[in-house]
Amino acid sequence: MLRAGGIGAGLAGLSALLSACGIAGSASRDHNNIDWASFWHEQKKTGVLNFANWPLYIDSEHGKSESIDLFSNATGIKVNYEAVIQGDAPFYATVEPLLAAQESTGYDIIVITSGWYLTQLINSNFLVALDHAKLGNFTKYASPLVKNPNYDPGNKFSVTWQTGFTGIAYNTKIIKRPITSFEDLSDPAFKGHVGMMNDNTEVGSAALLHMGVSPANSTHQQWKASTEWLKKQRELVLGYYDQSYIQYLENEDTWITQAWSGDVFQANLSGYPHLKYVVPKEGQMVWHDNMLIPRQAQDPLNALDWMNFYYTPKIAGIVADWVNYVCPVPQAKPYIANTLKDPTVANSPLVFPPASIVGKSHDFYVYKDYDDYETWNDTYNPIIE
Amino acid sequence: MPDLANRHEQRRRNPWLAIFYWLIIVITFVPIIVMILYSFNNTPTSRITFTWYGFTTYWYRNLTQVDGLTHAFVVSLEVAVISAVVSVLIGTPLSIALGRYRFWAKGIISSMVFADIAAPAVVVGAASLSFFLSIRLDTGLLTILIAHIAFNIAYVVVVVRARLSGMDSSIEDAARDLGANPFTTFTRVTLPLLWPALLAAGLLAFAMSIDDYVITSFVAGSTVTFPLFVYGAAKVGLPPQVLCFGTIIFLVGLLLAFANGALNRRHLASRASTEDSLSTLVTDTNILTPVAASVDATADPSLA
Amino acid sequence: MTTVQTRSASSARNKRPSWLRRHSPPYWLSLIGGGWMLAFFLIPLVSGLIVSLETGNPLQGYNLTWSWSIYKQLFVHSQIPYTTFMLRSLYYGAATTILSIIVAYPMAYYIAFKVKQRWKSPLLFLVLLSFFVSFVIRTDMWSFILSNQGIVITALHKMHLVSKNFHILGTSDAVIGGDVYNNLAFMVLPIYVALERIDGRILEAARDLYSSGRQVFLRVVLPLSRAGIFAGVLLVFITTVGDPVVSSLLGGVGTYTIGQAIQDSYLTNQQFNVAAALSTALMVVLGIIMFIYAKVFGTQNIENLV
Repeated sequence: MLRAGGIGAGLAGLSALLSACGIAGSASRDHNNIDWASFWHEQKKTGVLNFANWPLYIDSEHGKSESIDLFSNATGIKVNYEAVIQGDAPFYATVEPLLAAQESTGYDIIVITSGWYLTQLINSNFLVALDHAKLGNFTKYASPLVKNPNYDPGNKFSVTWQTGFTGIAYNTKIIKRPITSFEDLSDPAFKGHVGMMNDNTEVGSAALLHMGVSPANSTHQQWKASTEWLKKQRELVLGYYDQSYIQYLENEDTWITQAWSGDVFQANLSGYPHLKYVVPKEGQMVWHDNMLIPRQAQDPLNALDWMNFYYTPKIAGIVADWVNYVCPVPQAKPYIANTLKDPTVANSPLVFPPASIVGKSHDFYVYKDYDDYETWNDTYNPIIE
Repeated sequence: MPDLANRHEQRRRNPWLAIFYWLIIVITFVPIIVMILYSFNNTPTSRITFTWYGFTTYWYRNLTQVDGLTHAFVVSLEVAVISAVVSVLIGTPLSIALGRYRFWAKGIISSMVFADIAAPAVVVGAASLSFFLSIRLDTGLLTILIAHIAFNIAYVVVVVRARLSGMDSSIEDAARDLGANPFTTFTRVTLPLLWPALLAAGLLAFAMSIDDYVITSFVAGSTVTFPLFVYGAAKVGLPPQVLCFGTIIFLVGLLLAFANGALNRRHLASRASTEDSLSTLVTDTNILTPVAASVDATADPSLA
Repeated sequence: MTTVQTRSASSARNKRPSWLRRHSPPYWLSLIGGGWMLAFFLIPLVSGLIVSLETGNPLQGYNLTWSWSIYKQLFVHSQIPYTTFMLRSLYYGAATTILSIIVAYPMAYYIAFKVKQRWKSPLLFLVLLSFFVSFVIRTDMWSFILSNQGIVITALHKMHLVSKNFHILGTSDAVIGGDVYNNLAFMVLPIYVALERIDGRILEAARDLYSSGRQVFLRVVLPLSRAGIFAGVLLVFITTVGDPVVSSLLGGVGTYTIGQAIQDSYLTNQQFNVAAALSTALMVVLGIIMFIYAKVFGTQNIENLV
């Protein structure tokens, strides 16, 4: 007994010593304002580009990507494309320690969704400010939807890769009446077959829209009020899912669900044409997956080259034709229709949304600081968990 | 020992147990069969779907097409091999210390080994991550190896120690009486006798490491192992190549088992060794349930 | 003990080996192994406890403030029902353990007593064979098989055994089923080992003394296999209570477990201190339960289990 006690005390002391320093925060230790002009001036061209992205997010035919090949041929830069990002949170958790220690992440371009993790990257000085002098194509071709977003004014650090909408999807074979509103997600007729997302920004924003509030300008009181509907709706929900929600819809476990526009498009093409995506009358959410250059990247000039290369009707068109999310270059539409001869994609409002749909799209709330983020979490996590 | 099975059959022919056994076995194989079947499914997109589109071997021919999958698999193999080897190297001396000597730290170390096996993976993973964060060690391949070796040592200790306790120490005493020093005794007497247990322990450590998801998910950092890749991909939509990998692993396992069986039959024929069938291996070295060793201890404390 | 005597006997002519030399071998042998486990298993557990007492956020960092109040915050006052998750996980653990015993015992009994020697290895092997495939893949396959469009429910519908609203995925039963499936081998093998050790002559003797089949089982076999059941229960219960994977892949609303909570608060919400507190609480709860279980079912020392 005595021995055990002695050893226990020793261990505790040792660990306390080790942990006394606590855990380092990610807020940048380098607080100086960085002179971006001279930063870019010093950069030299290299022969390689390390590009981290989400899976199934670039055109891909038998393991080869035409857009990447065209880039390599035009510039001579070898691209290491790695589809390693499976979630904003886990990916952020892996790069944050490296960036906090001012080491290289190994990537020149990473793609992160607008949201808390992107905000954290910006606030922690983990990103390289873009040199828009080299991004002429962005200025020329980018759609207004992706210019000067609320989470990155002036596109200082990011340019959009793909945009997506979050609305409602349902199975037209089972649900015969038209679905038009968020209220349909709480229709008792669908009890036990309603799917929701487990991303609390999606759930919370849907509730705010249902209440008639635009999430980007919402207040803490409105957050709290919106949980009333969610709590009642919870009894009808089968589950709060991550991206696997589409499986449950395809397998008829859920009949109606929150959904991302691109997933429904792809489901239609892969044997489920009876699934339909609708923009609720209260509005839909719009989110952007953005290309960013992390600090200590080895080849930032090449990253700019790729971004500039991408923002053309041809390349953006090739990618949009495959990925089927909202293309950030409106002029890619005629390219897809005429040159790629793919009217399904070219005429799809999910890839080239008309002004009426864009008008009903709402931005997500941008957190001011960690406490703000915590308040949102504390409001909505009890619903999901 | 008289052949009990025959006696039973003479007394009572009750098929229910057999039926039950086979029913459960079939159920355990249902997902495997589904996996094998759908690895040949000709889906139009690169995501598995359970509508049948026709037979194809396309996914097998393009096994390496999926970004990151092959790399993740290779990483898993590397981690498993290294952690198995290292944990056997580290765990064997520890097992000998626990199995052959009495010293005051023995109780504490044994309890620690037991706790290591018994602790839920989620707790070990979360605790390891807390630790690495506190000492500012970046998570990645190194931390995965550290964590895997830490839990594998416990499995090695249990397997090897069980074997040791079954081994008569008088052979070693005889060697010493004949003038061998401890080192010679170990290398020429103990080690050869212990060899099957070391192999079994290594295989167990390998298996535990290659399939580990929970602990690895906490300490992997940006490194991706095969289970991590599959879990993440299951959310986005599994590429069919994952099912192909699963099928190949399964077939390799099957092959190894047949090879083992064939070797056993040869051994039986030549009567070279009496410890060869799986059931004997299981009971003697407790190949896949380390805590089964406790069965001996609790049923018969004198064996502890 | 013979070792020491022999050595001193044979070296009687020489100086007696020092106490250190006589007693040090086990310490040298266990140095690296014990040290590794100490550094990378025990200390992290304590580290987890320490981190749970820190306050802060991921941006500014965490500092040790000895805030024990976090436990009260999480389990008494919290908006998020962590206590429910803990109790639910314990329930899943208990249900899975009991079901596993019911499924595994007959199988182990069958292999141990009802088949000839040469079939024992292959049959045992068959139990283990499906575990060669990664359990994430196998569980994911189940989520397809058990889905509304999958063969199970379609078959049940055709046979008119269930209503149109019936579903398996997303329920607690699906999670428990998945847990039983994944832990089958852990229960079959220890029970088999225990049964195999039973000397057949005892069973014969019982039968010669006129006991019925049932009596032989209840009064002879079952008690003798207690140790195997004990080992299996330990493994299965602990694994199931902490598991985040099965409840995530097969569950839905109302199946959220403490394992998922720990994983999410670490990896998704970055609340390091919350995650560490949940993890430490789980460890303590499991430790207490296992200790009580061990005492009640009569093992002398936990350490003898190794």
